[in-house]
Amino acid sequence: MSRENANEEGDPGHGGPTNGFRARIVAFFCNWCTYTAADLAGVSRLKHSPHFRIIRVMCSGRVDPQFVLEAFARGADGVLIGGCHPGDCHYMEGNYKCLRRFHLLKRVLGDMGIAAERLRLEWISASEGERVKTVVNELVAQVTALGPLGMPGRFADWDLEMKHLEAAVAGAGGGGEAVAAGPEAARGREEAVIHVG
Amino acid sequence: MSANPKIALYWCASCGGCEESVVDLAESILDVVGAVDIVLWPVAMDFKRADIEAMADGSIAVALVNGAVRSSEQEEMVHLLRRKSALVVAYGSCAHQGGIPGLANQFSREDLLRTVYEESPSTVNPERTRPALRVVEDGREVTLPELWQVVRPLGAVIDVDYTIPGCPPTAKLLAGALAAILAGQLPPRGAVLAPDVALCDECPRKDSKPVDLAITEFRRPHLVKLDPDRCFLAQGVLCMGPATRSGCEALCIGGWMPCTGCFGPTSRVADQGAKILSSLAANIEPKTDEEIVTMLAGIPDPVGTFYRYGLAASRLRAKIAEREIAGREIAGREPKP
Repeated sequence: MSRENANEEGDPGHGGPTNGFRARIVAFFCNWCTYTAADLAGVSRLKHSPHFRIIRVMCSGRVDPQFVLEAFARGADGVLIGGCHPGDCHYMEGNYKCLRRFHLLKRVLGDMGIAAERLRLEWISASEGERVKTVVNELVAQVTALGPLGMPGRFADWDLEMKHLEAAVAGAGGGGEAVAAGPEAARGREEAVIHVG
Repeated sequence: MSANPKIALYWCASCGGCEESVVDLAESILDVVGAVDIVLWPVAMDFKRADIEAMADGSIAVALVNGAVRSSEQEEMVHLLRRKSALVVAYGSCAHQGGIPGLANQFSREDLLRTVYEESPSTVNPERTRPALRVVEDGREVTLPELWQVVRPLGAVIDVDYTIPGCPPTAKLLAGALAAILAGQLPPRGAVLAPDVALCDECPRKDSKPVDLAITEFRRPHLVKLDPDRCFLAQGVLCMGPATRSGCEALCIGGWMPCTGCFGPTSRVADQGAKILSSLAANIEPKTDEEIVTMLAGIPDPVGTFYRYGLAASRLRAKIAEREIAGREIAGREPKP
């Protein structure tokens, strides 16, 4: 989806004072409305930012908050959830559940220091291809202005403090006795316990 | 030396409640003591680190380690115990999920040190002295362990073979786990030694939980008179039961308090806080933005409530410093030079 040659007018992810940063947005679109609208945007040859990856789900109510956290934790800079307008949910109530989760999740993200603007929920019906373009462009612009979230890099930075000791432990094998390490060795040790018991 | 299997008990960042829970075995602790040799138990016995270092690798049958890992010393000790032990068991919520100490991941190390050594009401420290990692005085060197930037569950530092959850684990779970270990009847490696279903399954109030909760107001347990027989969620009181593993025999519910989530999630859930958030939000009544936001304000501290024991093991792990809150920078986790 992220095509190198996809730069067009209305793609705020390119150029500007962003030092080449290209936002990565994960978009969860419901099968019945927003995904169909994105399809329409494509068929209509609407030009929009390429910096988002769509994951089609059956309903915005299927978007477990764990999915959103997982996206951020794996390097997404923004998450967009798209569902049917209130009252139009194919499953009656799914989008209301999504709306409530969205509000609570935004608070949790804020409390964890993540800018609330990185998460957006939009109701986009199957006929609103133009709206997909607008929302995607807006979110890409907003997230580009915020800069990278970079959770994987942060995790790696935090874990640097343990690296020296891990290296020391790995190098401590020459003490005369065999150092059992790894799952294979662990299984061997486990059997030893059983005999002792 | 007897041929009994050797057992080590160790504590990292924890409150001592897990040590107490071993004593909760009551008379049956005598059977345990008769069946094993305890080679390390800092809270009760006088063995030193050097004693463990002198042992052959893998010669300790089981190490029960409680507490989260948040300092260089704790990290060294758990690596040592891993090397010397055939089995390492993460014992209790802190070793399992980071526990209460994991809530410190909402603050940076600088925040924590400043609060403790400078700003807390009971601190008198005009020179703003802080503990130094290394001090040389009269040619003698004194060192202190380093506080890590983030609190980690045991499994994030070393390989953990089994987990006994709970804050603290019940005597029944501990006795069951020890019996299984001594008899060699163990489940697959990596298992959490408690039932893999939600607490609601064994809740004495489960019959009063309606299919559609449709909560209209969150009520805090100290502010209202509650029906002692009815589902807490049905009364608008936040209960972690739906997102928490069972096995505690609903002790808190039996004491008329809602579940706070100490057993962690079931095996199908990666992030306990996100899961209870999902469940709760789905089950409230309002449908418009304004009504929803107003009602959710009835949960004053979502992170502290949903992640009370699981923040260090959560998908986001710790607060970051993308935003300033209340005019003061928070949780700027400095990368290690």
